[in-house]
Amino acid sequence: MDLTVNIAGLKLKNPVIAASGTFGFGREFSEFFDLNLLGGISVKGLTLAPRKGNPPPRIAETPAGILNSVGLQNPGVHAFVRDEIPFLRKFDTCIIANVAGNTVEDYCRMAEILSDADIDAIELNVSCPNVKEGCLIFGSTAEGISKVTSAVRKVCKKTLIVKLSPNVTDITEMAKAAEYSGADCVSLINTILGMAIDINSRRPVLGNVVGGLSGPAVKPIAVRMVYQVSKAVKIPVIGMGGISNADDAVEFMLAGASAVMIGTAGFVNPYVWIETIEGIKQYMEKHGFQKVSDITGALIE
Amino acid sequence: MNFNAVVVKNEKLAENIYLLRLKSEKISHNAAPGQFVNIKCCDGLDTYLRRPVSILRTHGPENTFDIAFMVRGKGTRILSCLKEGDAVDCIGPLGRGFTLPEKGERICVVGGGIGIFPLLYLLEKSAGAYKAAFLGFRSGGLVVLGKDFEKAADQLIISTDDGSFGEKGPVTTPFLKYLEKERPDRVYTCGPAPMMIKVADACNERGIFCEVSMEQRMGCGIGACLVCVCRIKHNDDWAYERICRDGPVFRAEEVIFE
Ligand SMILES: Cc1cc2nc3c(=O)[nH]c(=O)nc-3n(C[C@H](O)[C@H](O)[C@H](O)COP(=O)(O)OP(=O)(O)OC[C@H]3O[C@@H](n4cnc5c(N)ncnc54)[C@H](O)[C@@H]3O)c2cc1C
Ligand SMILES: Cc1cc2nc3c(=O)[nH]c(=O)nc-3n(C[C@H](O)[C@H](O)[C@H](O)COP(=O)(O)O)c2cc1C
Ligand code: FES
Repeated sequence: MDLTVNIAGLKLKNPVIAASGTFGFGREFSEFFDLNLLGGISVKGLTLAPRKGNPPPRIAETPAGILNSVGLQNPGVHAFVRDEIPFLRKFDTCIIANVAGNTVEDYCRMAEILSDADIDAIELNVSCPNVKEGCLIFGSTAEGISKVTSAVRKVCKKTLIVKLSPNVTDITEMAKAAEYSGADCVSLINTILGMAIDINSRRPVLGNVVGGLSGPAVKPIAVRMVYQVSKAVKIPVIGMGGISNADDAVEFMLAGASAVMIGTAGFVNPYVWIETIEGIKQYMEKHGFQKVSDITGALIE
Repeated sequence: MNFNAVVVKNEKLAENIYLLRLKSEKISHNAAPGQFVNIKCCDGLDTYLRRPVSILRTHGPENTFDIAFMVRGKGTRILSCLKEGDAVDCIGPLGRGFTLPEKGERICVVGGGIGIFPLLYLLEKSAGAYKAAFLGFRSGGLVVLGKDFEKAADQLIISTDDGSFGEKGPVTTPFLKYLEKERPDRVYTCGPAPMMIKVADACNERGIFCEVSMEQRMGCGIGACLVCVCRIKHNDDWAYERICRDGPVFRAEEVIFE
């Protein structure tokens, strides 16, 4: 059985990747399972300078999901290269550096630094709903995505993934802009902007008032977007949003995803990534798939 | 790290307060005072996240540990209905606990409400120290585990906000009075933020070693998501540190309370 996937030159041993911001830099989950088993790890979103992040509370539970407002707390790209890559490189899995900037120059500078570092791919986070400057501004218009993607493309020597925001009117336009501007791949979806209110204190639950919704609650929206985007572009699509098990992962692949990322579900079940890999194998056996890549887009309409 | 603990007993301690005894060899053998477990309350999606609850004590020979909790919402209500023999999905023990005192040291614990629970475990594990416990509750009906604290501490002072049991007023009043005459080697506190701030300030002013156990809403409970943070001093600056992994116990002088 062949579980490998090749995403624009990025060779994954299997299609299951840990989603950015939910897996730190791998250290914590390495106490639960062998990181060698993963297809890849997209690390916590990096910025050029360290970021403190948003005030707590940073999480609210909602039906079948969560709202978060972490606000890209991270040690900065230099500390990542120095302190985290050596740890991650001990494992035979792809390292995807997720980056967010306030300006096009920020994105380019990080892409340069990371192009010289020992990582496998760069994921442009143009879609974080939890920071006021930059980031989402780029992700909310086709022009913004074009601008940052084409600038980064010029300096990026790694596989370039553009991570799309669902907080737009037509996500296919954003995907097309990324493709046209030189992205090797698009990943979707980032979290959906949401809010929760404590009716007793009459205050917002989150310190930052609004936050990003993730978890099973967003899955149907994410599946629909992956389906639409994979029809609209020729570059590979990485799908995510509410995946909790192999059935969910297969659903995204049938909709057109070449690989999947899992985030929030790992907070509840720290073994979700490896259980999903096992479950995909069982699905392949049951349905006679030799190659996992044959599931991609195998939706019958 | 992820274990199916089995309910040995579920006892109602007071209105809305329960004690669960759970069997798990791994957790009961590895836990330390101040650590917590992160519990999946049910399989469905209604209470999606796990709930952090402090470890109240362990019984090594029986391979069990206790937690005590107050019913606050959906998750803890489900926990309160568990029956003997039910399986409970727990991750733990998690977090950095209290620094245990040396033999012969004089320690004080100051707890309020559900914050008293991790302090009982600390007292029980502080053999050879002289132990004073100050516990505050909203009213007499909520006073729980009094006998256990009486046994674990050399001196026990209980106060209630409405005066229906023990001294009337906040627990910080008898504690601050105690500090006028005594100088404990270590003070440990857990409970509502205003209480912890008073205790921390008093100890910091006097240069007394003080540890606080912080609380925040959690995502992963293991340090990966950066959701559960509080402000910690770093030289002239500060950073958000993770309560689930860098804490929940921090040195009082490091914490910047919000
Ligand atoms: C390290 C730590 C140790 C704790 N130890 C104890 C203990 O020993 N005994 C005890 O009674 N309680 C303890 N708590 C508080 C306990 O976690 C909350 O009371 C519980 O999560 C409430 O869940 P719920 O489903 O009943 O409430 P809901 O209001 O339905 O919960 C909704 C969401 O908010 C979160 N939440 C709500 N209140 C709190 C809170 N006060 N702290 C953290 N998250 C919260 C829940 O986890 C959940 O994600 C501890 C909290 C922490 C962080
Ligand atoms: C706590 C938290 C932090 C996140 N941080 C980032 C981040 O730094 N960069 C990023 O691109 N996406 C971030 N995300 C979004 C996830 O990578 C993912 O796109 C989203 O959560 C949907 O997938 P899920 O439902 O499987 O979690 C974060 C999500 C969560 C829950
Ligand atoms: S709850 Fe995830 S880092 Fe603490």
